[in-house]
Amino acid sequence: MVKVTIDNHTIEVAEGTTILQAARLIGGDVVPPAMCYHSKLKNSGGKCRTCMVKVSQGSTKDPRPMPKLVASCRTEVMDGMVVQNITSPEVVDARKAVVEFLLINHPLDCPVCDQAGECDLQNLSYEHGSNTSRFEEEKRTYETINIGNLIQFHPNRCILCYRCVYAAEQLTDNRVHGVLYRGEKSEISTFIQQAIENDFSGNMIDVCPVGALTDKPFRFKNRVWFLKPMEAHRTCSKCSGKVTIWLRGQEVYRVTGRKDKYGEVEDFICNECRFEKMNSSDWTIDGPRTIETSSVINQNYYAKKINPHVINPLKEKME
Amino acid sequence: MERKIILENNDIEGIRFLDVYRQNGGYQSVEKALKTMTPDEVVSEVKTSGLRGRGGAGFPTGLKWSFIDKKSNNPRYLVCNADESEPGTFKDRYLMERIPHRLLEGMICSSYALGANTAYIYVRGEYKYIVGILNEAIKECYKNGLLGKNILGSHYDLDIYVHCGAGAYICGEETALLESLEGKRGNPRLKPPFPAVKGLYDCPTVVNNVETLANIGWIVNHGGESFAKIGIGKSTGTKLISACGHINKPGVYEIELGFPVEEFLYSEAYCGGIKNGKELKAVIPGGSSVPILPKELILNTLKGEKRLLSYESLADGGFESGSMLGSGGFIVYDEDDCIVRNTYNFSRFYHHESCGQCSPCREGTSWMDSVLYRIENGNGRMKDIDLLVNIASHIEGNTICPLGDASAWPVAAAIRHFRNEFEFHVEHPDIVRNIKHGSILQYTNK
Repeated sequence: MVKVTIDNHTIEVAEGTTILQAARLIGGDVVPPAMCYHSKLKNSGGKCRTCMVKVSQGSTKDPRPMPKLVASCRTEVMDGMVVQNITSPEVVDARKAVVEFLLINHPLDCPVCDQAGECDLQNLSYEHGSNTSRFEEEKRTYETINIGNLIQFHPNRCILCYRCVYAAEQLTDNRVHGVLYRGEKSEISTFIQQAIENDFSGNMIDVCPVGALTDKPFRFKNRVWFLKPMEAHRTCSKCSGKVTIWLRGQEVYRVTGRKDKYGEVEDFICNECRFEKMNSSDWTIDGPRTIETSSVINQNYYAKKINPHVINPLKEKME
Repeated sequence: MERKIILENNDIEGIRFLDVYRQNGGYQSVEKALKTMTPDEVVSEVKTSGLRGRGGAGFPTGLKWSFIDKKSNNPRYLVCNADESEPGTFKDRYLMERIPHRLLEGMICSSYALGANTAYIYVRGEYKYIVGILNEAIKECYKNGLLGKNILGSHYDLDIYVHCGAGAYICGEETALLESLEGKRGNPRLKPPFPAVKGLYDCPTVVNNVETLANIGWIVNHGGESFAKIGIGKSTGTKLISACGHINKPGVYEIELGFPVEEFLYSEAYCGGIKNGKELKAVIPGGSSVPILPKELILNTLKGEKRLLSYESLADGGFESGSMLGSGGFIVYDEDDCIVRNTYNFSRFYHHESCGQCSPCREGTSWMDSVLYRIENGNGRMKDIDLLVNIASHIEGNTICPLGDASAWPVAAAIRHFRNEFEFHVEHPDIVRNIKHGSILQYTNK
């Protein structure tokens, strides 16, 4: 066990834990945001640079601070490490800069984007972004691509987190999908616009932190905050069958994996569960899915009950 | 000050070939190391020599070697970084073209010291013809028992392979180079783990520059201490400087570290002064990615000392008034050069060469490129100049690999030292639009 202090909270964690995982154990404001890191995907992380933190003391043995900000999702904790996240103005400034970089070529088409309401980039820019842009150049644009008839790819919205690449690589045998070109021109692509046809391809939609890979049958059907997420399960020969179904009335609008509060799925589900079982009779409902109270999906459901506090200056006299 | 280590015997006819090279004292170090020294002795000689990496960062080579993980049973690798892609640097090309055996000699000694039985030379795609030269030299070595099984009867085996890159600047970064060597997309890896622990095929690996490895033979022959006596302070040995730009005699020169910049620029033995009798304007002393320095700061430091060609002297004053020795690409600008156009050109290069993996570099380089394009073509605004400084500061230090820094430093330094030229571009769009070649300085000064 090693001791690590993050933003003045000290916690003991197992060796080999990353700073981000340690921060998630503490919870609250201490947790750095992460776009490209996904706990279920090996080797993911380190690319988007939103989770950068300052290590002001390397370890008890070697108390020197680390010279640069480090990616918390891939840096392992050392005994006696002192980490600053939101308490360091340097980190806050760098994070703001990264959000600006991520947004300069992003179309900001949230009003017509299916991901709106459950988008990591939306949350990130809401928290750390600026409300004006200094970018006056033309944004880079691409055509929308259909990856098979179940997934639609919007390269404009892509932030190149590589999550879907790792998902395609690690969940299935045949790798048909990767990154083409270099630098600003790099894009996620399949081999000459080939369809991805395997039983787990739908998980690329779930791992995408933005609205780049979207569920094609669900496209424009509904906004996520009008739907009721319910935990459900069925016996499936290919996957665990544990999913979240999104209902409006008795109608199943879409099926996704069970995402935790960091937007990372607990179990990867198969395409049969995701795309074919669209009747509520296909599923055994376990109960409502808990969603972060701050999420827009919770509107009207878990709104904090506010007791009006009335100030009555005559109260004492009246008594 | 004429002291040659790497380019020793460079002028001899046919030095490219093994027999001539051996007649002139070549491969003595291999015999000495393999027959009379233990690997650890070679490492300690390199440590005492104080040799520093010649690829740009200047990290002590002996120290780097000592980090290699000897506990694991995995095979170890030596990789020679010949992916010399920095604009303005062409020293390795010259060395490999002229004396390929100097590199191979160094590699055999180094591999022996590291306990590596396989070594790779990663040559950049544009140097395809050098692959032929190296392969020819390697063939000669195999024929003469200097490579292969049981080298010179010492029971030490070594194979050297030459691998040709496909023309990406980013593959000069050591972890991207390893990825590329493994056959993957050349994306830099996150460090730690460093290559010394998990490098090529997840095995302990040392990546060294061509020039660094070319020094090893001499160090083994003459001992680390005599190498440490050459040079100045912590900058030991000699350095190849590839001088280019507006000078009378561009080319590759070997200098002893600590050689004065002014003498290097103006003496007949080296650059031979500025071309056409013009005035010196600025120098980039270590390849395109290091900060540019104006005339008064490149010849003397801010404290008034003479600027020397050494790691410490060039870095004197930090980035406020100093630069870096880098890879030794000495680019000289005369009075008629436009710094804005030059900065735009570099920015375009880094935009093109960014791997696109991490967001600050991917988006920032393209942003700087397009803002500089506007300024260069007379569509800039005053606030763009501060915007550039701000973008550069946001990229710097926030990326996975040093390409982010390399793209930010030239822009920040150019604006720091030549802000008036950027302002002139903004204030006089008509003049700027009409001048496509040469400098606008004639308008700013006269």
